[in-house]
Amino acid sequence: MERLAATRCGVCAMDGIHDLGGLEGFGAVVRERDEPVFHAPWEGRAFALVNLALALGVANIDALRHAIERLDPVTYLTAGYYGRWRRALETLLGETGIVPAAELAVRLRDPAAPAAALTSRPVPPAELGARRPLARAPRFSPGDRVRARDLHTRGHTRLPRYARGRSGVVALVHPGAWVLPDAHAHGRGEAAQPVYAVRFEARALWGDEAEAGVAFHVDLFEDYLEPAA
Amino acid sequence: MSGADDDALRIEALESLLVEKGLVAREAIDAVIRHYEQDVGPLNGAKVVARAWTDPAYRARLLADGTAAIAELGYGGPQGEHVVAVENGPRLHHVVVCTLCSCYPWPILGLPPGWYKEPAYRSRIVREPRRVLAEMGLALPPEVEIRVWDSSAEIRYFVLPERPAGTEGWSEERLASLVTRDAMIGVAKPKPAAEASRG
Repeated sequence: MERLAATRCGVCAMDGIHDLGGLEGFGAVVRERDEPVFHAPWEGRAFALVNLALALGVANIDALRHAIERLDPVTYLTAGYYGRWRRALETLLGETGIVPAAELAVRLRDPAAPAAALTSRPVPPAELGARRPLARAPRFSPGDRVRARDLHTRGHTRLPRYARGRSGVVALVHPGAWVLPDAHAHGRGEAAQPVYAVRFEARALWGDEAEAGVAFHVDLFEDYLEPAA
Repeated sequence: MSGADDDALRIEALESLLVEKGLVAREAIDAVIRHYEQDVGPLNGAKVVARAWTDPAYRARLLADGTAAIAELGYGGPQGEHVVAVENGPRLHHVVVCTLCSCYPWPILGLPPGWYKEPAYRSRIVREPRRVLAEMGLALPPEVEIRVWDSSAEIRYFVLPERPAGTEGWSEERLASLVTRDAMIGVAKPKPAAEASRG
């Protein structure tokens, strides 16, 4: 079976294949006619199990995303959406000790093998959603020129590579403060802070290759931004 | 072993272990699947759009606070906690993507289609949206600005399209039959009036 990067490093580089914006070579967008919600029963089971695991507090959504991002690039591109979910669920259940990898391996060989009792139960999240009360005024206002910092954080982040180092204008200040995925995915608290929709002109991102009459809005956490001249 | 058979076997093993450990119930899994296969889908969003087309006060509320406005029609839940509607106009066209994963407003659009989750759309719509939309059948004139929204935080966007011509006086139900999932993602326009279902 494929390599599981998760077994080698708990916190891997963020510059992963999941950060797809602007990559070339993937060809045409292919739409399936009369697409079913799930293409096979196991996809529905995987979807439901992941959602129930999140509700139970096995992991938070940022840790789930990070578990998907830790797949090796070839697996990420070939496993399919629910294949990625299935692998991430295995990773999280293994790392939390709820279903250790060895227990799963035994069960796969012998469906009658008994399940081990839980040594501890997950704790459901105290608060749902990602918005929190705003404790202080946002640093930036609509119309401010900002630059996405050229961050190369190791671990999970929601700063897309194509925006890093680029300047734009704050279009929206989303109300409230928002749980910072970079911290939350790694058990470092919520670090809730403002999130802005930053408008980037196409030329600022794609130079002379940019299409005319196009702009991009990217939702960016305050820690990702600095003032731009 | 690899592929879907492997996925199916491993999910079955995980599910049985979690059930036996008392963490999840099979009925709860079945209920989640049933909810997303039967109760949630783009018809929810179509009803929101049709309401906004016929009720100016609702439209204003939707644009001011999408989450509260969809809740008025009974919609909410996971991936619908923070909803923002973006409105198309004669010279402005919005399109939504999640380049980093596949974020999508489940309660009003259902689960995303395969192409929304695949690399081609996620990589290209932020680089050459005009070309991608044209390839998908939506050729926009150069004077129309295309605005791409990358759902990179926890805000979930959906597009409030322009109401098609020739639909004056229509019921919300009939209008909703013109509103497709793709129109609310922004890769299509609503169906023209001639394609409405009777209602």
